[in-house]
Amino acid sequence: MAALSIRNVYKRFGLVEVLKGIDLEIDSGDFTVLVGPSGCGKSTLLNIIAGLEKASAGDIEIGETLVNDIPPKDRDIAMVFQSYALYPTMTVRQNITFGMECRRVPKARQDEAVERVAKLLQIEPLLGRKPGQLSGGQRQRVAMGRALVRDPRLFLFDEPLSNLDAKLRVEMRMEIKQLHARIGSTIVYVTHDQIEAMTMATRIAVMHQGAVQQFADPDTVYHRPANLFVARFMGAPPMNTLPARLEGGDAGPVAVIGQGEDAIRLPAPPAVGREWLGKPVVLGIRPECIAEPARIFGDDPAARLVVSAPVEMTEPTGAETIVVLRIGGEKALARVAPDIRLPIGAAAPFAVDTRRICLFDPETERLIA
Amino acid sequence: MRSTRIAVYLLVTVLTAIYLLPLLVVALNSLRTTQEIFANGMIGLPRALSFGNFADAWSGLCIAEHCTGIRSYMLNSFLMTLPATILSTFFGALLGYAISLWRFRGDLWVFGLITLGVFLPEQMKLVPWVLVLRDLGLYNSVGGLILIHVVQGISFTTLFCRNYYIGIPPELVKAARIDGAGFFRIFWRIVLPLSPPILIVTIIWQFTGIWNEYLYGVTFASGEHQPVTAALIALAVTVSEAPQYGVQSAAVLIAAAPTLFVYLLGGKYFMRGLTAGAVK
Repeated sequence: MAALSIRNVYKRFGLVEVLKGIDLEIDSGDFTVLVGPSGCGKSTLLNIIAGLEKASAGDIEIGETLVNDIPPKDRDIAMVFQSYALYPTMTVRQNITFGMECRRVPKARQDEAVERVAKLLQIEPLLGRKPGQLSGGQRQRVAMGRALVRDPRLFLFDEPLSNLDAKLRVEMRMEIKQLHARIGSTIVYVTHDQIEAMTMATRIAVMHQGAVQQFADPDTVYHRPANLFVARFMGAPPMNTLPARLEGGDAGPVAVIGQGEDAIRLPAPPAVGREWLGKPVVLGIRPECIAEPARIFGDDPAARLVVSAPVEMTEPTGAETIVVLRIGGEKALARVAPDIRLPIGAAAPFAVDTRRICLFDPETERLIA
Repeated sequence: MRSTRIAVYLLVTVLTAIYLLPLLVVALNSLRTTQEIFANGMIGLPRALSFGNFADAWSGLCIAEHCTGIRSYMLNSFLMTLPATILSTFFGALLGYAISLWRFRGDLWVFGLITLGVFLPEQMKLVPWVLVLRDLGLYNSVGGLILIHVVQGISFTTLFCRNYYIGIPPELVKAARIDGAGFFRIFWRIVLPLSPPILIVTIIWQFTGIWNEYLYGVTFASGEHQPVTAALIALAVTVSEAPQYGVQSAAVLIAAAPTLFVYLLGGKYFMRGLTAGAVK
């Protein structure tokens, strides 16, 4: 059942069109992450779902009820804000019960609900404090508590982790994911951080310039990006996108990168249409699909091709080493095992995972195979 | 460096002395008897401290043929100033909240129009107020003066409060709306509890302004309905007998005491509030 349907939603601020026809169907129990660079319209979309802003056109349905003209308080939603938006003059307990107080929930039920949520989030010792006396991580928990206590049909998260330091962010990320697994509620989560999207989401909607670029599970978004924007936005470092030319071959189509002596020939996905033969394409390959020659990708030894490429620079991160190299004269990144030391300036052999190659139309930037 | 500093202090001291000199004369005269002032002149140190002037000013002084002191006029001033201060501050807070945190189409125009009142001189509004008070039947009453000061005060209080509330994160209102709170509940439970610093500033501002106001007081109230500022003038122009400088000085000090008291109570908030635009 669709917990949330967004149909053809437009939003204009004066002459600026911030959302250009958004369509999303979100199933009950899904953890959907709206991810995109700042200014892509993701927060506006969240505010429209919450009812804090009105769409210029289009429909929002929550639990199969049209909510276009229903105020936020009657939409059966809860929201966690980037700034947490805790009421500064109220204690943690009052912050959590304020929503129930507005809805005239009996005092006994309020206390019961506070106990339950405080226990779930381990904030019992904080109930008597004011937000000003809490650390960033504690405030974050209280903000979650305020949302959880309501048991709403839909949770909305607006970049809830971006004000935390890096270490705490990773911890809270795991906690939110576990929490979702435990309570199984429907979540729409906005972030600009593609790692948050990858790690937490069951579905990712990548947004750019007011439009959804791709709406799929994290695996698909990562390995089969719908267009060059998604390919370059998701992943750190992002997917290599190299200009290439498609040629026919005995064992299927081949993508040729570069000219003459330096040219590298990589097998193209067999699904590519014959009409692309002889035409320029953009070849996409993730850095981790270019590795040291001893690497075996998956369980298919045939999916492996060793090429020779000059090394320009190496960046050891500890867990792995990022290598800047030239494939057919084009700059690309590879990720090799940390114990490999490559001489700068010399050519070295690299194994390429040919199963993971994507091809894009250089004109429309869409995935073609 | 050192000499500059000495020069600055010297200048400040001299200027302060010049500024405070009239107050000093008034304060000294309030402690001198009428005979002594006549004998030794307006400026001079008291030979003996006499507090009788204050008692006279409070309940014995004759103003426009009523020899009841300024007590009843002080009461008039309180009856006018307290409600007018509280009401104008309350409405200013409410308007400032609506304009800053519930953005609506044309909100900045509304704000501009309201604050335009800050720049209109009192004299310009005298005739319109005459008409309004006459039609409402509030001429020569404390109620009429309260109405005037509330309406005129809203310009200032709205300006102050709006500029303070603009620093409140709008997410607080969004969160409260999702929690199910409406316009007034958000005002009472979230915005007002954050407001004491700015409310103290507006209360001091309004209290001082309304208490010290003279033109409307003397125009729209007469006889026993006058606020103390208007009555004091009547006291000064009494020519039927020899001027009682000592008693008049005491009356002036009594009349100035409430604003001084309010400022001493909230002065530190006043300095802070005028400079701060941010809510933590």
